[in-house]
Amino acid sequence: MRSSYLPIAIAVAVLAVLPLGTSSNTTLNFLSFALIVALAAQGWNILGGYGGQFSFGHAAFFGTGAYGMALLQVRFGINPWLALPLATLMGAAVGAAIGALSFRARLRGSYFALVTLAFAEVFRILANAWGFTGGAAGVLVPLRIEAANMQFADRATFYWLVLACVAAGLVLTQAMARARFGAWLVAVRENEEAARALGVDSLAVKLRAITLSSGITALAGGLYAQKFLYLDAGIAYGSWISVEALLAPIIGGLGTVFGPLVGALVLLGLGEATKIALGHALGGAVPGVDLVVFGVLLILCVAFAPRGLLGLGANVRRLLRRPV
Amino acid sequence: MSQSTRRTLLGGAAAAGGVLAMPAILRAQPAAVKIGILQPVTGALAQDGEYGRLGAQIALDEINAAGGIKSLGGAKLEMVFGDARSTPEGGTQEVERMQGEKVAAIVGGFASPIVLAASQAASRYDIPYICDVGVSDAIVGRGLANTFRFGPGFGIVTSTALENLVKLNDAAGKPAKTVVIVHEDGLFGSGMAKLLNDQLPPRGFQVLETIAHPTPSRDMSNVALRIRALNPDLVIPSSYYSEFVLLARTMQQQRIRPKGVYAILNGAASNFRFVKEFADAANLVMDCNHWADPRKPKTAAVRAKAEAGGRFWLYNTPLNYSCVALLADAIERAGSTDRDKITAALASSSFAGHIMPYGPTRFEKGQNMGAAPVNTQVQGGDIKVIFPDAFADAKPVFPAT
Amino acid sequence: MLPLDIFLSAMANGLMMGAVYALVALGLTLVYGVLHIINFAHGATLTAAMYAVYVAHAALGVDPYLALPGLAAIFFALGYMVQRWVIGPASHGDDSNILLVTLGLSIIMENALLAGFRSDTRSIDVPYGFSVVEVGNLFLSTPKLVAFAGSFVVAALLWLLLARTDTGRAIRAVAKEKTGAALVGVRVEHIYAVTFGLGAACLAVAACLLMPTFLVNPRIGNAFVLVAFTIVVLGGMGSIPGALIGGLFVGVVESLSGLYLGESLGQIGIFLIFILVLLARPTGLFGARA
Repeated sequence: MRSSYLPIAIAVAVLAVLPLGTSSNTTLNFLSFALIVALAAQGWNILGGYGGQFSFGHAAFFGTGAYGMALLQVRFGINPWLALPLATLMGAAVGAAIGALSFRARLRGSYFALVTLAFAEVFRILANAWGFTGGAAGVLVPLRIEAANMQFADRATFYWLVLACVAAGLVLTQAMARARFGAWLVAVRENEEAARALGVDSLAVKLRAITLSSGITALAGGLYAQKFLYLDAGIAYGSWISVEALLAPIIGGLGTVFGPLVGALVLLGLGEATKIALGHALGGAVPGVDLVVFGVLLILCVAFAPRGLLGLGANVRRLLRRPV
Repeated sequence: MSQSTRRTLLGGAAAAGGVLAMPAILRAQPAAVKIGILQPVTGALAQDGEYGRLGAQIALDEINAAGGIKSLGGAKLEMVFGDARSTPEGGTQEVERMQGEKVAAIVGGFASPIVLAASQAASRYDIPYICDVGVSDAIVGRGLANTFRFGPGFGIVTSTALENLVKLNDAAGKPAKTVVIVHEDGLFGSGMAKLLNDQLPPRGFQVLETIAHPTPSRDMSNVALRIRALNPDLVIPSSYYSEFVLLARTMQQQRIRPKGVYAILNGAASNFRFVKEFADAANLVMDCNHWADPRKPKTAAVRAKAEAGGRFWLYNTPLNYSCVALLADAIERAGSTDRDKITAALASSSFAGHIMPYGPTRFEKGQNMGAAPVNTQVQGGDIKVIFPDAFADAKPVFPAT
Repeated sequence: MLPLDIFLSAMANGLMMGAVYALVALGLTLVYGVLHIINFAHGATLTAAMYAVYVAHAALGVDPYLALPGLAAIFFALGYMVQRWVIGPASHGDDSNILLVTLGLSIIMENALLAGFRSDTRSIDVPYGFSVVEVGNLFLSTPKLVAFAGSFVVAALLWLLLARTDTGRAIRAVAKEKTGAALVGVRVEHIYAVTFGLGAACLAVAACLLMPTFLVNPRIGNAFVLVAFTIVVLGGMGSIPGALIGGLFVGVVESLSGLYLGESLGQIGIFLIFILVLLARPTGLFGARA
């Protein structure tokens, strides 16, 4: 029972000591951002990976968390340590509402995917037009570096804060996977009719999943807002985060505890690595070449690890264990 | 004249200080000074980033060819390029990498969200940051000591645009009374539309309609239709390149000919590609925008270098050229790659060697107070400066019909 | 209240733009109907086709309308090869992997075009670019009218192909029941690739019809993707008449909501209608299958 949490403890411990070993803020800044994306992807993975409900619109939750975090501070003077959980709740509420509408209408598969995308677009257009969110000018959180204000003088502290959230996400996912709720969710993914026949209230299960999922992604949005202290509609509700939240678990391994984390680190790491490698060679003289290489690597990744990188790892382990 | 003399003296003094403090520099080949050039060369803003990078490159080559930074024993400037990928997080990550490479200062950013994030990241390490274009007033309003903006901000651009519009209209006998505003729905376009709606009526203009459109837009036909129905004297568009080209083409096709098209910070009206490819649609369009000073001899030289590579002459190039030249001057006067000294040199800068129509630089809380846009007009296949008179190389043609 | 001729012009614009949307959506709906995949590379393929039209005109002096048959054939071949030798093998037939592979392809195409053509927005100048047909008080752009008619022709051809030819019957069989089709001797991989090629060919046609009045830069295709997705869903996934009517419907809705709400907020009209339609009728307006 305990031992299933051991890998989480090890992974988090390894990530936690990184700042002590590296003096490079470049790495820390990159990891902070990658972990924020990983957290958003962990949220997506609960609904998409475990529940089989692919959303193309997690930007709706990420953006709500981000705007919630920024606006609660700027418009209402609420302390960020309180604003962050409130923003998370706001994101979860939006998730519950979208879930209630679309799951009651029995949307699934591509139809569900595209309706979430449409919701995210509606939010984006509204946030861009509405004065309360700062409209097109966006919202700027004032720079005041104090721990009480969740702005830290060194990169490592914020990194640990994000890591703590990711760790909580890992533990939550693991606990969920082991609980009855997790089993129901997987049953709904595999065969919704059969699950219902066995007495699983599939609507309630999916609603709980989307609420949990959107809450976690909103938390990531709140952390994003606090890291960059500036938002506009295209950043908060833009499709980029919907896509990354969906890609990371697919690359890492759908419906696995570590899939989103591994996927986000690999996805963003590859992008950064190609940029640095080719940036040195070309100095930006021929833009786009690094992204071409990134795209090729992405396809190769899928070609050689079709079940996600964790699936690849499992295959390798199986091969190694096999007596020769 | 007196300006340049003072600079030379200051430079000399700083150089002397440098020699005394670091005699070793003169003996060995001096270490290159690394300059971070941050531009979005991939993603949605790739075009602007590329032309910005070009300007920085021309400036660096020129400075190095002229013997580098003399107060540092002729140290060469070395570009550390960072692609911001058109996102704030991309910009921040590049700033962190530039910090790793120990750049002396950073120039660029282009878009306000990127500049806001990047300058803040740079401020953690006290890296001097010169914003090239980003017009949001928040950029220099946050009290970051490291952040400078060489070009004009949003407030200055809009008030200059209004002032010049009134002058233009008065000089022509007030032919324009009614206005339709067309703007992209981003930071600049929306803010500008709001300000114009407040400021135009007291100046005797009636705003018939304000039309916002998204970027990218697939079709501007309806906007043209609305303009046709309202039949205003003046159309004020503030959009990116593609949308304005679509609008101008549709207006030509629908035979909509207002008395004037007075663009503000428009992506196309000061773009030679537009002028060349759609000569008829572009003719006599006016724009209030960043533009190089046509009377400075160096402008023609920089333009020739930019066009030698098959590129068009866009405002990003002279702005970034000037920002890098400004920085090189500050390093020269600081006589050091120490960031605080460069920041101090920038803050006290009165640099006139740039090619923008601003006069010598004077920074107040990071903003170059002399910075202002100019009015251009497309005339016979060329882009001419029509306002202010001190920089103009042509007379305005207004009303156009 | 706006004058009647403005309203009518907006309707006409909506219909003409909608026809182009329909053309973009046709390729998407066909691929979805048969392969059951959402093709993330659709927008980038359209961009590539538009650059092909640009090159044909700028470098070779070929008129876009004359280039149409050749480009459609070339893009059919390219689409066929990409599905047969890249997407198919790399994704191992798994839906979520196909998302990744097509996304990877779109990143590659978009940035290869950026590296090759640079970021400038380009357009072509054809003699008829500004010509109009005057109908009463309306000036209807001739190239847009051509595009309107072209979309119907392509939809009709596609429909005939599916309904009347052996390949069409095989495509429909694979769409319905691929295991069964394979059992009776249909080469599923080949049919998948043919379908993908047809989708790409539709985009080449769309590019040829668009370019006389439009422009191209490395990201332009993205502007059409979202709207094409909504059309595919509204029209019912896999339905050709659905894509055509859905395209016209979305074009008109967009045009009118743009006219009355402003272009910016008007975009919301499409998505709200999309959401409402789906919540009320989860299979789309014309979709028969769930």
